[in-house]
Amino acid sequence: MDAHASVGHAELEIPYNVHPRPDTGVYNAKLGIWLFLASEVMLFGALFSSLILLRTGAETWPRGYEMLNVPLATFNTFILIVSSVTVVMAWSQLRLGNLKKGRIYISATILCALIFLVNKAFEYGHEFREHNFPKTNNFFAIYFTLTGLHGLHIIGGVIVFLYFLGPGAKMWARDPERYTNRIEVVGLYWHFVDLVWIFLFPVLYLM
Amino acid sequence: MALRRQIRVGSQWMYADEAHKALREALRVMEDEKGGEHGGHHLPWIRRYVFSTDHKWIGIQYGFTALLFLLLGFCLMILMRLQLGWPGTAFSVMKVLGETRQSGGVLLPEAYNQLGAMHGTIMIFLGIVPLAVGAFGNYLVPLQIGAPDMAFPKLNMISYWCYAPGGLIMLASFFAPGGTAQSGWTSYPPLSVIASQGQTWWLVGMVFLITSSLLGSVNFIVTIVQLRAKGLSYMRFPFFVHAQFVTSFLLLLAFPPLEAAAVLQLMDRVAGTSFFMPSGLVVSGQALTNAGGGNPLLWQHLFWFLAHPEVYVLILPAMGIVAEIIANGTRKPLWGYKSMVFATVFLGFMSFVVWAHHMFLTGMGTTISAFFQTTTMIISIPSVIILSSLFLSLWGGSIRFTTPMLFALAFLPMFGIGGLTGLPLGLAATDIHLHDTYYVIGHFHYVVAPGTIFAMFGGIYYWFPKATGRKLHEGWGRVHFWISFVCINGIFFPMFAQGLAGVSRRLYDGGAQYAHAKQIAAQTNPFMSVCAIGLLVAQVPFIFNFLWNAIRAALGHRDEGLGSNPWEATTMEWAATTSPPLAHGNFEVLPVVYRGPYEYNVPGEAAEFIPQHMPTAPEPAPRGGSLLPSTAVAMREN
Ligand code: HEM
Ligand SMILES: [Cu+2]
Repeated sequence: MDAHASVGHAELEIPYNVHPRPDTGVYNAKLGIWLFLASEVMLFGALFSSLILLRTGAETWPRGYEMLNVPLATFNTFILIVSSVTVVMAWSQLRLGNLKKGRIYISATILCALIFLVNKAFEYGHEFREHNFPKTNNFFAIYFTLTGLHGLHIIGGVIVFLYFLGPGAKMWARDPERYTNRIEVVGLYWHFVDLVWIFLFPVLYLM
Repeated sequence: MALRRQIRVGSQWMYADEAHKALREALRVMEDEKGGEHGGHHLPWIRRYVFSTDHKWIGIQYGFTALLFLLLGFCLMILMRLQLGWPGTAFSVMKVLGETRQSGGVLLPEAYNQLGAMHGTIMIFLGIVPLAVGAFGNYLVPLQIGAPDMAFPKLNMISYWCYAPGGLIMLASFFAPGGTAQSGWTSYPPLSVIASQGQTWWLVGMVFLITSSLLGSVNFIVTIVQLRAKGLSYMRFPFFVHAQFVTSFLLLLAFPPLEAAAVLQLMDRVAGTSFFMPSGLVVSGQALTNAGGGNPLLWQHLFWFLAHPEVYVLILPAMGIVAEIIANGTRKPLWGYKSMVFATVFLGFMSFVVWAHHMFLTGMGTTISAFFQTTTMIISIPSVIILSSLFLSLWGGSIRFTTPMLFALAFLPMFGIGGLTGLPLGLAATDIHLHDTYYVIGHFHYVVAPGTIFAMFGGIYYWFPKATGRKLHEGWGRVHFWISFVCINGIFFPMFAQGLAGVSRRLYDGGAQYAHAKQIAAQTNPFMSVCAIGLLVAQVPFIFNFLWNAIRAALGHRDEGLGSNPWEATTMEWAATTSPPLAHGNFEVLPVVYRGPYEYNVPGEAAEFIPQHMPTAPEPAPRGGSLLPSTAVAMREN
């Protein structure tokens, strides 16, 4: 599985893979994830801008709180905030050298994400039953697009967490620091996904 | 705790488990060395040549694929030029397009639109960007900064393997019902939303290409920031590295809005939403049934927010290549290196706030137009700084007129023409007349074709010995250069005249049916088309030169006596590694940098040039001689 091990050449060891480079203060993956998140900001930023443009240009625009299920979304917001906390706990347990507790917190994070997704599925189902589809009007068009894309990000996160809970955890035995770093990096991504929801919630549901 | 058993190895006592570990390590090293003797290592073939994680091989993969796409895009253009030069004439080559796109050898109007859309898309997204960034960037940046590889080798591989399927999807769209995309490379709605299925494929293809660029750009930035060699401060970077650095930021931050736009357009086409569809559209006498209320200008904003930075993605790596070749060919440091670097960074920032100069005619209002015309005038300043510095770098140099140098020198005036003709486009008052005419086509082709593509050719001639250990044939290189240079100007210069006379772009007959355009179309179009065919012919010596030498090199025939550093360069990709580089891994010993990138003819030094990694000036080396650290040479020879 590990390409580096099989290539096995000393010169192929990439520097600063695990330890921070002294003059930049970060290790490679951490810088990488920050850059990736910058691009994600541009992605969601473009979609939010589109929403603003469409809404200001529209003659009528439905109120989110009249069309959507606010209590459910509030609950989902809460769930995601909890998951942001558990992922930090996972990381800090790993820093303390406690894989077992770390794994428990990772599982808790996955659980939160799944609860979120199930709720979301109920919400979608409800909207479809009321004959509200993306093509109904531009409010639902942007609602489904934004929440759908956000949902895909959640699913992506769940897959990565599952990987690190299962096969990826083998790295702990070989290189615990690297494993801890990976959880930190996924954690950063996860915070971002939560943050997007924190913006989505008021913009779509409350305004 | 159980006692650990000790065993005797030679004259030494070791713990059994440690001895076992050492033995395994020894076996692995021996295995490695055995692999090394066969010119490779023990990775299976598929991991070495298909799913390689080595930046050099990935660069070569990108390069080959991108060159093929460039050739394809060029051939599409030849078909269009045949139709433009002699509208309505039957050509038997058109038959390759299949029954639905021509009748009796005469290109059909819808097919002309398909060719146009795909020519632009292929050239920009599948040809130049992958060649400039994927190939040159991948191959050279880690070598020039003294890094063992890219920071994330696996992501690098995935990036290529997002690009290749993206390209295949674009190609496959030619076989979609109704043909491929036909709404131009800009895909403006509402036409693109009601276009045939090919447009959906185009959008899906774009999502792959965008993903590929995103992965690539993260990798580049991390590599440059984290893996640069000891002593290599930012102001010691070769200019090419700066160019790639800024380019990566542009790709990273400008592409996601296009991704958003592509998602929205996909929703419009697949899920029936109306993001870009205004109310009350009537198509072929029938009112559309979608909800309406959307805004076609939203697409234009999102698209140009990407596509203006994108044009700097097209030009910056080219400037980087030209700067490297010019410093080397004039045997002087670049004039104004520092201002070039700051100009590049400034240009990167500014390129995010000029996009609406493509939209002066959309009625966005004079205030907004005034803003964007101001920023556009401002952004031309850094371009002028870079170009002037490169021109001034020639002053007083003892120029070596090699083939790469010819291409680099030609780049300067060609980019100059392209850039200067951009100014009237950036001023709203003049753009009202010039927008969507052949003048615009002339403008951007001058920047991209005799500009960027010439720089790419120069780069190929210049770095070919690095990748293969062989030099491309100089004589044929000159033939390639001179015919290309004459023909390419013959194609694009008349476009300015056409545009000023009011000939619109995207006309199926090149203006032959329009009273105001008839005359100039008849005067210029056949000539331009002949030049296009001449340009095609000029590529033949290049293609043979390139393939012949690439195949010879692959068979293990190197140019004897070429040495590691045939151009006597100072940057590390030549000076600190062998040419061609080792099969895997870049440096025997990671280099340390002691000086700036272009120490040619330093006053007071005996050596004509001093490589970046040399602590003290070396004794003048024999021409073309190797300047590797002695340890590296020793290891290479045994
Ligand atoms: C140096 C200063 C430059 C200025 C002031 C400038 C200005 C402009 C303006 C205002 C337009 C829009 C014209 C119209 O549609 O009416 C335009 C089009 C274009 N420019 Fe430039 N440009 C510059 C440099 C470049 C460079 C360096 C490149 C590429 C490498 C480039 C590539 C393009 C392309 C591809 C288009 C046409 C897009 C289309 O409509 O299909 N330009 N330029
Ligand atoms: Cu522009």
